[in-house]
Amino acid sequence: MTHEPHCHDFQKGAADALNNDQLQELLNRTLKNGFQKKRLNGMARLPEYDQLRDQARDLKNHILDHLDAYLERFELEVQKAGGHMHWAEDGDQARAIIGDICKKVGAKTVTKGKSMIAEEIDLNDYLAEQGIEPIETDLGEYIIQLRNELPSHIIAPAFHLSKNQVAETFREHHQHLDADRSLEEPTTLLNEARKELRDRFLKADVGITGANFLVAETGTAMIVTNEGNGDLTQCLPPVHIALTSIDKVVPTLEDATLLLRLLARTATGQEQSVYNTFFTGPKREGDLDGPDEFHIVLLDNGRTELLGSEFRDILRCIRCGACINHCPVYGVTSGHAYGWVYPGPMGSVLTPFFVGIEEAHLLPSASTFCGRCQDVCPVRIPLPDLLRNWRNRAFAVGKPGGAQRLALKVWAMLAQRPGLYHVTARFKIWAMKSLAGKRGHFKWFIGAGGWTKARDLPAPQGGTFQSRYQKGER
Amino acid sequence: MEQISPRIGLFVTCLVDLMRPSVGFAALRLLERAGAEVVVPPEQTCCGQPAYNSGDVEDARAIAKTVIEAFEGFDVVVAPSGSCTGMIVEHYAKLFENDPTWKARADNLSGRTQELTQFLAQHLDLNEISAQFDGSVTYHDSCAGLRELGIKDQPRKLLATVDGLVLKEMDDIESCCGFGGLFSIKYPDVSGAIVDKKASNVEAAETDLLSGGDLGCLMNVAGKLKRRGSNVRVYHIAEILAGMTDVPALGEDEA
Ligand code: SF4
Repeated sequence: MTHEPHCHDFQKGAADALNNDQLQELLNRTLKNGFQKKRLNGMARLPEYDQLRDQARDLKNHILDHLDAYLERFELEVQKAGGHMHWAEDGDQARAIIGDICKKVGAKTVTKGKSMIAEEIDLNDYLAEQGIEPIETDLGEYIIQLRNELPSHIIAPAFHLSKNQVAETFREHHQHLDADRSLEEPTTLLNEARKELRDRFLKADVGITGANFLVAETGTAMIVTNEGNGDLTQCLPPVHIALTSIDKVVPTLEDATLLLRLLARTATGQEQSVYNTFFTGPKREGDLDGPDEFHIVLLDNGRTELLGSEFRDILRCIRCGACINHCPVYGVTSGHAYGWVYPGPMGSVLTPFFVGIEEAHLLPSASTFCGRCQDVCPVRIPLPDLLRNWRNRAFAVGKPGGAQRLALKVWAMLAQRPGLYHVTARFKIWAMKSLAGKRGHFKWFIGAGGWTKARDLPAPQGGTFQSRYQKGER
Repeated sequence: MEQISPRIGLFVTCLVDLMRPSVGFAALRLLERAGAEVVVPPEQTCCGQPAYNSGDVEDARAIAKTVIEAFEGFDVVVAPSGSCTGMIVEHYAKLFENDPTWKARADNLSGRTQELTQFLAQHLDLNEISAQFDGSVTYHDSCAGLRELGIKDQPRKLLATVDGLVLKEMDDIESCCGFGGLFSIKYPDVSGAIVDKKASNVEAAETDLLSGGDLGCLMNVAGKLKRRGSNVRVYHIAEILAGMTDVPALGEDEA
């Protein structure tokens, strides 16, 4: 599916989600009792968790300070190991590089491990246009590919779907299978997908994966999965491409393990993900398996610009999803409302950068600034501060505009003139109190129709504090 | 217990000034009981969060300056709100990164400012509270208080001194109520869905009262509780500690 951003439709996307009872039930159940609880359990078994977070933050900051050096070392080691290194400035370049590699080997089908970078550059669409069939092999990605949808979560792409919806999707797309088969259990769904995919793994001409980390000292790319699909994608086809971005590099294997310990625990509460796969170069003599060609496509896509901006800290992100799992807004809107590839707090920091603040200005303001994202982030990214930086940029280009901006400006003018402010306040409260009479709340109030659609508006007690205090009341 | 008799500037906050002066009077009484001389400078309006959180840095800066000026010269500044205190303590200095003179003044104010329960828990002789409330209370930690200022034990310690009061914690206690200031106006439906969860957690705690330290959050949850037809009554913690639960609760009709 083409990822035309529709972030400006956040309100509508949110409304659709709010009106979807099945989705609300799903979010309620799976966030708090799923992801949130699992993270707590994971942390509880690691007393030094907070200390590791500090280390991870410092490590990532160090890497960002010396990014060029580590990337150069990584390139050198990739080449030493017999791999090919490709630098891609933007999505167009990355797509063209991948297209060329595929064409050179006459690829008809490509298996794909889960990769958010592939989503970022809309890779599937491009491959399809080139006559190459992309086959997603991560269960969640496979499901949303069948449904032609965007992922709704960075580590659980089909997070917005219930078991029954997945079963329906499978019935619709796997018509060659017995129509009366039972698809009640998650394991039956998984087994069906596995069976469907097995053949395709074997026949694929190229395998494309992402990478969680790139190890500079060894030229190794590594991925974590819980399904093992990444390994099959990487080692069965004759060509393996790891599509990744420059912020994934770490100096040493030991550094990678520090981040791995945090990643698994924070994301899913696991001590380790089920499969942690390190790949270095193509198949060597004597190796039983592995690709004949190994390519790294390293995407910048503006990240070096982020590096020099007030959003630099977001480049520490290790894509664990915790900020998303704990965000009260995501908790009721789900991921599609955000209108592009990355949802939740980390998404609201990244998306405006990729699609422009004009398009995405609603995202940074769709936060209560509750700060829980920052609280749970394993690399201590100050997400609310970064969202605020976007709000500042949005305000500077006239967002919000219209009545909202005018109201804010009038209020701000008054707030700087205490004398005038207090007179106006007294009058407003007198009017509001007169309307309320002895009633303690309004069911509807002029200018607060949105608020009172969902809840009552408590009425003022009567008189401002300042006026009553000046009159001597204590 | 530190023995002091400081001169305190009470930052009433705009919501208390407009919507619920009893919280301001309760704060006043409690601070005086702590042995302080309390002054309410008339030059105060709002901490500036509506502008600051809308990206209107220029106005936020101008409003911050009026607050800094209004509270110059007090030993301590106290506000009955974690959110407004957080704004002063955590954010004012950021507004003046390029202005050393004002940054110094902002830092200075930040160092003197405390949220009400922070101050009371530290300075009030707990025997002095002598409030009574026969019933159960659940407490909502507002996000700014909890995560910016680390306020969690202080209100509980203070509530424990109230005769007859039983504290019962609600489920999912660290989650936001969905208020977020202007957020609740800009995204009323999203905010409404978030506060619905909070209100149902409050109801499930089966208490007589909901309390908290931030009027914005309390208005939000009280409005939702009313809409849901709940009987849980809502008071700011200052009102409970000052024994002022005889005034109608938030959102409640006058007799
Ligand atoms: S911003 Fe932090 S919490 Fe969110 S996905 Fe990235 S690392 Fe995880």
